[in-house]
Amino acid sequence: MNAHHIVKDMETQTQPLVRAAGVNKIFGVEPSGVVALKDIDLEIRPGEFVCLLGPSGCGKSTLLNAIAGFSLPTSGTLEVSGKPVTAPGPDRGMVFQEYALFPWMTVEANIAFGLDIRGTGSEEKARIVDELLDMLGLKEFRHRFPKDLSGGMRQRVAIARVLALDPPIMLMDEPFGALDALTRRSLQDELLRIWRSVGKTIVFVTHSIEEAVYLGSRVVILTYRPGTIKRDVTIDLPYPRDSNSVEFNAIKKDLASLVHAEHDRFALDERKGLTLD
Amino acid sequence: MTRTLFRNLAVPVVLLVVWQLLSQSGFIKPVILPSPVAILERLWTYLLPAQTYAESAGFADWMWSSELLSDLVASMRRVILGFAVGAGLALPLGLLMGTDRRFEAYLNPVVQFLRPIPPIAYIPLAILWFGLGDPPAIFLISIGAFFPVLINTITGVRNVDSIYVRAATNLGADRMTMFRRVILPAATPYVLTGMRIGIGTAFIVVIVAEMIAVNSGLGYRILEAREYMWSDKVIAGMIAIGLLGLAIDVGVNRVNNHLLRWHRGIES
Ligand SMILES: Nc1ncnc2c1ncn2[C@@H]1O[C@H](COP(=O)(O)OP(=O)(O)OP(=O)(O)O)[C@@H](O)[C@H]1O
Ligand SMILES: [Mg+2]
Repeated sequence: MNAHHIVKDMETQTQPLVRAAGVNKIFGVEPSGVVALKDIDLEIRPGEFVCLLGPSGCGKSTLLNAIAGFSLPTSGTLEVSGKPVTAPGPDRGMVFQEYALFPWMTVEANIAFGLDIRGTGSEEKARIVDELLDMLGLKEFRHRFPKDLSGGMRQRVAIARVLALDPPIMLMDEPFGALDALTRRSLQDELLRIWRSVGKTIVFVTHSIEEAVYLGSRVVILTYRPGTIKRDVTIDLPYPRDSNSVEFNAIKKDLASLVHAEHDRFALDERKGLTLD
Repeated sequence: MTRTLFRNLAVPVVLLVVWQLLSQSGFIKPVILPSPVAILERLWTYLLPAQTYAESAGFADWMWSSELLSDLVASMRRVILGFAVGAGLALPLGLLMGTDRRFEAYLNPVVQFLRPIPPIAYIPLAILWFGLGDPPAIFLISIGAFFPVLINTITGVRNVDSIYVRAATNLGADRMTMFRRVILPAATPYVLTGMRIGIGTAFIVVIVAEMIAVNSGLGYRILEAREYMWSDKVIAGMIAIGLLGLAIDVGVNRVNNHLLRWHRGIES
């Protein structure tokens, strides 16, 4: 399946994969509580690559964790595949910024973990693991422990671990935030390749405007406190994108002005010592 | 290279020579402090099999007639048994107390109350309860091993990084899988630290227990030697105890390093 087919599927399929309607999330109790999400309405369709963009503290992780089922909304409707989210599940594979690989398992065992739980037969499991090791260039590391891998390699393992379960949705919280620029770009390219070849829906949190425009078929910008949707933009540039092109930079500039306005409000709070983190 | 070797050996060699000269000159009585050479000789006879080698009896019989070897084995056996009982009880209890706050709240006061009582203080009670022989010894050793393993296991489970739990939950882990494949391995560094301390304590306790409750093993042997005023054998026994302790520590370290080969900071 390539990206064009996915776009066609989107048009025929009416039901969104993720649907948030009037979602609120409040940490603590008002009035002292933090309103992390306020009135979020968002529909994500199969095959989309949605980037959640915004300054630190605007609620990106909160929204992602709500979809993942880690931390449910205080109020509002949140559905995945038409069913309300009540708990975490392997249909929403999560990739964390801190990799969160199990350090006591080898690369291979990490990737197979979800399949073990699912009870996949050993032949099938070996096939899937081999395929993923191959796809992510991890073959020669299969018997290594995570401590022996670079950050980029670790994140590849984390992606493979999630892909092993073939989830319709992949949730990624600043997955490349801790990587150097070159590793970051190569992982971005790899992720795009995977997205376009296996037809996943990806929700990707970032605070890099460049990264959002490079990756997203759609970019959702959140406001800072309370977290609401400020702008929902479809990025029409064809893949692979050229980050030096005029169009790319025009979009980037557009989004930057929106994000920076939010960032200034964040920075003001920070000076006043209002941020909790 | 030669410099460090010199620095490391200079003081011990000087001490031994001075010691030997003092003993030889009759300045110190052998009963108070026998000469190093006498101690080495005694260690050697302690190690030598008592029986003369006979084809008919076989090699094993001959070897085990060595007093030192059979003492080593007797002490080791008690350490292992006592440790197995103590750690075997502490590990599941610690895992439970670490995971279940309520369970922990019920048991914590008792644990905190009993923990500071040194295992040796249980000696009278151990003898009242179990009489003499192996049972009170094993009881005492298991108490020595119990608390370090318990406390470290609880801490280990408490300190499991929640990111692993979240990742495993996300991948569909049920409670059993979470416990077996996430909590337990994540807590191993602490558990193993507890076991190492526990073995160390067990080793201290075994020597004391053997002095009191049984008539075999290294602890018994050096007390027995004192009764005959064989100070050379007392010190030979102490050396054997030291070497066994060192061997245990090296062995435990090896096992730890293997089990923690995935851990940061430990290079395999
Ligand atoms: N468990 C919590 N308890 C209280 N407040 C919280 C909690 N988690 C998040 N918050 C607050 O909710 C707001 C949104 O947090 P969130 O982590 O979603 O931000 P973010 O956009 O992911 O930021 P970052 O880019 O720094 O990761 C922040 O103001 C934060 O302080
Ligand atoms: Mg975040």
